[in-house]
Amino acid sequence: MNIHEYQAKEIFRKYEVPVPRGKEAFSVDEALDVAKSLDSNIYVVKAQIHAGGRGKAGGVKIAKNMDEVKSYATEILGKTLVTHQTGPSGKKVGRLLIEEGINIARELYMGIVLDRQTGKFVFMVSTEGGMEIEKVASETPEKIVKEWIDPGLGLQAYQTRKLSRALELTGSQTRSAVKFMFALWEAFKASDASLVEINPLVVTAEDQVMALDAKMNFDDNALYRHPDILAYRDLSEEEPSEVEASKYNLNYIKLDGNVGCMVNGAGLAMGTMDIIKLYGGEPANFLDVGGVANPDTVANGFRIIMSDPNVKAVLINIFGGIVRCDRVAQGIIQALREVKVNVPVVVRLAGTNAEEAAVILDESEMDFIVAHSLAEAAEKVTAAIKE
Amino acid sequence: MILINKDSKIVVQGITGSEGSFHTEQMIAYGTQVVAGVTPGKGGQTAVGDLPIYDTVKEAKDLAGANTSVIFVPPPFAADAIMEAVDAGLDLVICITEGIPTADMVKVNAFMKGKATRLVGPNCPGVISPGTGKVGIMPGFIHQPGKVGVISRSGTLTYEAVHQLSSRGIGQSTCIGIGGDPIIGSNFIDLLKLFNEDEGTDAVVMIGEIGGTAEEEAAEWAKANFTKPIVSFIAGTTAPPGRRMGHAGAIISGGKGTAADKIAALKAAGIAVTESPAGIGELMEAELKKL
Repeated sequence: MNIHEYQAKEIFRKYEVPVPRGKEAFSVDEALDVAKSLDSNIYVVKAQIHAGGRGKAGGVKIAKNMDEVKSYATEILGKTLVTHQTGPSGKKVGRLLIEEGINIARELYMGIVLDRQTGKFVFMVSTEGGMEIEKVASETPEKIVKEWIDPGLGLQAYQTRKLSRALELTGSQTRSAVKFMFALWEAFKASDASLVEINPLVVTAEDQVMALDAKMNFDDNALYRHPDILAYRDLSEEEPSEVEASKYNLNYIKLDGNVGCMVNGAGLAMGTMDIIKLYGGEPANFLDVGGVANPDTVANGFRIIMSDPNVKAVLINIFGGIVRCDRVAQGIIQALREVKVNVPVVVRLAGTNAEEAAVILDESEMDFIVAHSLAEAAEKVTAAIKE
Repeated sequence: MILINKDSKIVVQGITGSEGSFHTEQMIAYGTQVVAGVTPGKGGQTAVGDLPIYDTVKEAKDLAGANTSVIFVPPPFAADAIMEAVDAGLDLVICITEGIPTADMVKVNAFMKGKATRLVGPNCPGVISPGTGKVGIMPGFIHQPGKVGVISRSGTLTYEAVHQLSSRGIGQSTCIGIGGDPIIGSNFIDLLKLFNEDEGTDAVVMIGEIGGTAEEEAAEWAKANFTKPIVSFIAGTTAPPGRRMGHAGAIISGGKGTAADKIAALKAAGIAVTESPAGIGELMEAELKKL
């Protein structure tokens, strides 16, 4: 799960990770109230969307007085920002973060992620703050310095000193950085984060280390033990059909193509998308209906798929293992009585009782296109699109 | 065959849950030697016919002779269940449970270091040596005994591959679902090592997906060490970056873990890669003819 910058900074404050003073605002009036309460001579008006690259897209502005706060807040609120992470349609700004301005001496980078190779969390720092870290990683990987955290021992003081040196910090800056890193690790660990990224991390003119930006992602599997973090979920940042699908416990991701697909199992669902593409079609979605493809899940799957107006044909690919295919076939027929589907539907069922299932589908009054293999299904569904 | 053989004696952790009891019945029906179940607090009772239930894995090992565990325990308690089975000194632990928090698996991963127990999973369908034993949730009947090994990060996609093999008369030595999570017990390389040594395996199907770099590492290792043909498919060529595609581990992040990178690495290692998930059986048939 993703959260907004201002929410991540709330978590930071809770664990005493230094951040600029500031608060979220949902309207221009609120933005002015926040700015007044900050009593600063310089303010930052920041668009809050779940995507990076906001500055370049005009979503971050420095204001020198209340008039400028007002004009920037008016300009950014409601604006659609297109960044390298939003996709071409962009994201509409519904929230702002108003902060005090900071005297920046240096811009750095700091992050914590899971290193899948070692199975440990890894602390990463770089002197190349403010840049796209993916670019730094691919072009100058030696500029990213890492320390792996022992799961039993946790972060050690010597590691924070090594990282501080790698950031070329000295004297009181080092003391500030060491404290900062322990606080950040605590915030990360205590909230079951899957990623924290601070870009830029700044050294102020007063030699303090501070998080100017804050990005946090969380492990969905651990959210059951963090109701406070779950409360940060902003549904307006998510695709409405995906939100709807999650209510039915369906794993749905909307894509840009026109062939809808409904599959059991994540790997097979990805494989089905791939084969649609291979046969000249474009998948409209990823949809894993899970191990049990019963009439309800199939009907809900159809509702979600058909809510996308781009869908011109649907491919159902179910590998019946423990679930028998004849049951799945009956489920599909029942679902199609409940949900109106006015595009061609290609059904491919394999596994237990697949032949009985094909007979049930053939003999039903419904207008299915039955396929017996995965390749045949892909061929038929892409042909149906072209007609 | 590897991992599961005629001497495998299974204890089911979480046997009294609906998944646990259902799949215990299925495993027994396949001819698997299930010797006990574990549900804390229900020791002394029986489940699925007359299987003894113990409170701890240690008792299942000491009193019923279990050497292999399969875990159906719910996610909040599953990491602890794995550690209990490892602590009891079982040879093999297969964790089916999906949804274990990553931080819990980081702990398990550290706990396993230096221990002799092998972990498969979590978030996997399990392990089957066709005709000998099935420890997991896969449909047994699609498999047939033979000499092709299967290693996969997926569940139903593995069934699809096995189905393609069996329909061509190509039997399997052992099929292993290694799991769709970012941290898993056994990786491709661990199992390729076993298949390399196994006289009952002539070739291996390796099914990967987006996320992480396990396929790239396996390709590099296989190039230098693996002596048998490998046929591979990587799922997720059409998956968008930054989105978790069902499996917790199936995500392209920071530009890493794309299908294109994995396919390139496999091909560079001389591994036969099919771009179509429908072409796995056919490609293996062609590879076997070359032997």
